[in-house]
Amino acid sequence: MTDATMKADDLPEIAPPRSQWRDVWAQFRNHKGAMIGLAVLVVIVLFVFIGPLIWRIGPEQMPTDALTLIRSKNLGPSWGHPLGTDQLARDELARLMAGGKISIAVGLTAMTLSISLGTLVGVLSGYFKRLDGILMRLTDLFLALPLLPLLLVMVMLFRDTIAHVLGLEAGTFILIVSAIGVTSWMQCARVVRGEVLALKEREFVLAAKSIGTPPRRMILRHILPNVLSPVMVAATLGIANAIITESALSFLGLGFPPDFPTWGRLLYDGVDLMQDNPGLVIWPGVAISLTVLSVNYIGDGLRDALDPRIRGR
Amino acid sequence: MLTYTIRRLILAIPVLLLISLIIFMLLKLAPGDPTAQMPLTIPPDVKEKMKEAMGFNKPLLVQYALWLRQFFIVEPLHWCDVLFGTHFATGLQRIISWQTRSPVFDIIWQRIPQTLTVVGMSYLIGVLIALPIGIVSAYRQYSWFDQIGTFVSMVGFSVPTFFTGVLLIVIFSVELGWFPSIYDTTLVVHDWASFAKQVRQMAMPVAVLALYNAAQISRFMRASMLDNLHQDYVRTARAKGMGERVVVLVHVLRNSLIPVVTVIALGVPTIFGGAIITEQVFKVNGLGQLLITAIYADDVPMVQTLTFIFAILIVLFNLVADILYGLLDPRIRYD
Repeated sequence: MTDATMKADDLPEIAPPRSQWRDVWAQFRNHKGAMIGLAVLVVIVLFVFIGPLIWRIGPEQMPTDALTLIRSKNLGPSWGHPLGTDQLARDELARLMAGGKISIAVGLTAMTLSISLGTLVGVLSGYFKRLDGILMRLTDLFLALPLLPLLLVMVMLFRDTIAHVLGLEAGTFILIVSAIGVTSWMQCARVVRGEVLALKEREFVLAAKSIGTPPRRMILRHILPNVLSPVMVAATLGIANAIITESALSFLGLGFPPDFPTWGRLLYDGVDLMQDNPGLVIWPGVAISLTVLSVNYIGDGLRDALDPRIRGR
Repeated sequence: MLTYTIRRLILAIPVLLLISLIIFMLLKLAPGDPTAQMPLTIPPDVKEKMKEAMGFNKPLLVQYALWLRQFFIVEPLHWCDVLFGTHFATGLQRIISWQTRSPVFDIIWQRIPQTLTVVGMSYLIGVLIALPIGIVSAYRQYSWFDQIGTFVSMVGFSVPTFFTGVLLIVIFSVELGWFPSIYDTTLVVHDWASFAKQVRQMAMPVAVLALYNAAQISRFMRASMLDNLHQDYVRTARAKGMGERVVVLVHVLRNSLIPVVTVIALGVPTIFGGAIITEQVFKVNGLGQLLITAIYADDVPMVQTLTFIFAILIVLFNLVADILYGLLDPRIRYD
């Protein structure tokens, strides 16, 4: 506090008001880890989405005649294939790009689902006292479920049926995304509920209530914008969690089908060949780890940047 | 405290019943024929009879009640028989695995030692590493030790265990040949040579899991120490002329350990169930691997029982954590 007043004295005139998001960005830029994480993530996203436009070899492309196929299996790095080839002579670099597309898509979609569910449950139980008891019991119940075993069971049992209805790729995608979303909303709900409970005691909420704001507009206009920061932090961590869960499922053979590369699936396929061709295991693993690590660092930086007690210090 | 414990235990019963219902319904509502895995040479009418013998023609609620009866009445009675030589459970049907046709609990009992030695040991080592790292990181906040510790723990919980495991296998088994990549359960420790072999085969799975556990717990320890280091009572202790060692290791540490102990207690159920992936990577035939093989083989009784046991452990250790919190921190009273 004293620092701030002293600084104000030094200034000749009052500085123009700054928007909150510019402050957040300024604080975020001070977090070295978060900035490196952001840079790495941008590189990975560019690699995955722009890369295939430059690197024109397809992920499923194989030599057509048997002799070249056998000769170009499990190659080491070369100019033609910078990361080598896999057991079917497919280009590992192209497969890594294709796999990343799906892994990142799964991460984003599952995160959106789990954040929406979590925010919905959190706001409802924080705002409406009547719903609080039952919704929080539900949250506790979900927290007490053994999640990984249940995820495995869900995927195992419903995979064929859903794949039958929606097609193999779309079906598996929807199943995995919804399974991850449904089992990971609880932390977000708890945090949001806590924030909403605190917000409800604030004067501006009382003021809005006293001029007769209906609950729906109350939540949309006054509550939701104010719980944005914890939700954003939960969202970044949610992406990391979803990517790890998806690759764990794929690694256990219960994720995407073999011809549908994701980073977890590539790793799983590479395990049997790791004595001949360790690159098949290492590259997808490095990709998963780097993505999750950078997202976690960004989450860390966001948490600091969005916390008004830390910001401006 | 006692009333609180009893109240929580009673409250846990409906929670567990609901969880068991969820698990049961999830497995029952799933499409698919339970006899689909059987040989095609079995005639259809025999298949029908088998289904009937397994109890599939009864209403769902009856099937659920029967499973609960087996889980909560028949199995405890059976273990009572085994321990005391009584005959309560003779003639009562135990939960039978569809894979092996032997009682599910017997198989679980065979698998527990492997899981406890490998996963339990890694949890213990993880905690023992994490606590000093957390303490030093907090005491020297923003020093190089803290920066490295933060980075290592970030890496520890960002890099998935299936990748660290596989990476260790590539380096230490394939390239260097120091450790075996497959855990040999038949190994009996009877002399120093076999003990050394046991240590070598445990080294990699324990290292993978210990890194993962230590990463999380050391973050909690650091945060909790930081919360306490700037409290007034610490300044008072220093003002009284106490040595730095006493201030940090007695005053601050004891207070900071309270939330950490509960976090450690909350992590115990993962010892039994959570190491599914690591057990799969190193081929340790513990509980996690049992679950995976049961899922692959559509062994419904086994999957149902194992998931429910994991759920019971989670609920139980949640309760233990809450009670520990109350016992350790005199400021918190539940009454």
